[in-house]
Amino acid sequence: MSRISMEQVKHVAHLARLAITEEEAQQFQHQLDQMISFAEQLNELDTDQVNPTSHVLDMKNVMREDVAKPGLPVEEVVKNAPDSKDGYIRVPSIIE
Amino acid sequence: MSLFEQKVSELHERLHKKEISVTDLVNESYERIGQVEDKVKAFLTLDEENARNQAKQLDDQLVKGENEGSLFGMPIGVKDNIVTKNLRTTCGSKILENFDPIYDATVVQKLQQAETVTIGKLNMDEFAMGSSNENSAYQATRNPWNLDYVPGGSSGGSAASVASGEVLFSLGSDTGGSIRQPAAYCGVVGLKPTYGRVSRFGLVAFASSLDQIGPVTRTVEDNAYLLGAISGLDPMDSTSANVDVPNFVNSLTGDVRGMKIAVPKEYLGEGVGEEARNSVLEALKVLEGLGAEWEEVSLPHSKYALAAYYLLSSSEASANLSRFDGVRYGHRTDNAETLIEMYKQTRAEGFGDEVKRRIMLGTFSLSSGYYDAYYKKAQKVRTLIKKDFEDVFEKYDVIVGPTTPTPAFKIGEKVDDPLTMYANDILTIPVNLAGVPGISVPCGFAANGLPLGLQMIGKHFDESTIYRAAHAFEQATDFHKQFPKL
Repeated sequence: MSRISMEQVKHVAHLARLAITEEEAQQFQHQLDQMISFAEQLNELDTDQVNPTSHVLDMKNVMREDVAKPGLPVEEVVKNAPDSKDGYIRVPSIIE
Repeated sequence: MSLFEQKVSELHERLHKKEISVTDLVNESYERIGQVEDKVKAFLTLDEENARNQAKQLDDQLVKGENEGSLFGMPIGVKDNIVTKNLRTTCGSKILENFDPIYDATVVQKLQQAETVTIGKLNMDEFAMGSSNENSAYQATRNPWNLDYVPGGSSGGSAASVASGEVLFSLGSDTGGSIRQPAAYCGVVGLKPTYGRVSRFGLVAFASSLDQIGPVTRTVEDNAYLLGAISGLDPMDSTSANVDVPNFVNSLTGDVRGMKIAVPKEYLGEGVGEEARNSVLEALKVLEGLGAEWEEVSLPHSKYALAAYYLLSSSEASANLSRFDGVRYGHRTDNAETLIEMYKQTRAEGFGDEVKRRIMLGTFSLSSGYYDAYYKKAQKVRTLIKKDFEDVFEKYDVIVGPTTPTPAFKIGEKVDDPLTMYANDILTIPVNLAGVPGISVPCGFAANGLPLGLQMIGKHFDESTIYRAAHAFEQATDFHKQFPKL
């Protein structure tokens, strides 16, 4: 019995903006369950008094002078876009 | 004999004496590619016309005595997750099949200052997720020592191209072992620098807190030259460190007398093959003979590194890869009416299985209700792993062990079982979690003729000491003088 339901798998796929087939959902259910069981070995460790490390270097916010610099040319920026017109990138309509 | 059996310093001397030209070096690359590339399959894109034009230009400079770059005229290959202006960059993924970058990564700009010649872009597991190059959407690179075996990954193209003499050296990237493991499998030298040593600007991000770009070379000396050329603070990468870049080549003294080496018992224990273990014990004898001292130590949290790594790296990847949505670049589906459908279908069509699996795991462990139990827990375990290294480095200069538990495996052998595939990285992953530098140098051959790698790990920003140890070991052995027969 998987600890992750099909509903959860589909919810996660929606959050990840990933279309999945019914067959893929079953496969992910199995594989996620395996990986999560594997990850649960971390619970053997008592980490109540341990601070999380998000980053290995002892760094705080890095600031620089706020100086205006030229940006990239618009025609360059849109050249990789699948659909563009007059320097704008086109997507399916968002508002009805 | 291939020109690439010589080092940068030797090639520079011959260029200086006009015995060879940059055009000869670039010819050597493309001729070799013509001979072996259909077997090795290391490259995704070649940049032949530009490379030949650049060679001519550099030869003109040479005549005028304007050969100033530290790597003047040296042919290099670049992993395909490092962006190169106007040179296709795919990350080994279908989603970026026709992506034409509009700027150069900082390391690529630095290579231009050093006056290298870019030969082409190298194959990799899709978005650097994999240990065999079988996850590339385009082709499976082969191990030059035996074409039935994987070259390792994710920088498999970077290691195989150097081992097979297609380029003098290359750049790879390492998130959990992706430079060191393929270097070990292909019998070349690969270094993951300290986190922050090399700018990540223009490296397509996988796991931002772990990723580093690093050099893959035939010799330790060339590795030190190449690292020197790409290191340093970059205003475009706020995680690049403001620390001095020493002359790494000066550290190659050959002298390791009194060096204190720690050998973690976890790196020679359960899960590590006999051949890997024995090659390390032999290497320790060599280092002892040179005057170094070694003792067994413990990195007690090693066994938790793999689980912590997969949670952290997949979580970061799920966020980083959200940029591939079919809007600004890359593939866009033809089969969607609405914006959300467009995102979902584009990503379903563009990403391969392993990338989807990790996006799913990462999204799950960052999702509401699971964040503390998985993601935050893994970050805390990371603290413990980092502390293991700090404790050992209070008393020792270098940590030594195998790079991988076994030599390269066969193509197709592990592809159906993600967890077995991941176990291959147990000895390299802790190094990324701790952010310290690690190198793999050739240290022997298994009974089946495939190379084995010795891993040397150093303190934060102390690449110099691991280069010194690796160089002394290399000079005392002749593994680096053996070449695959293709």
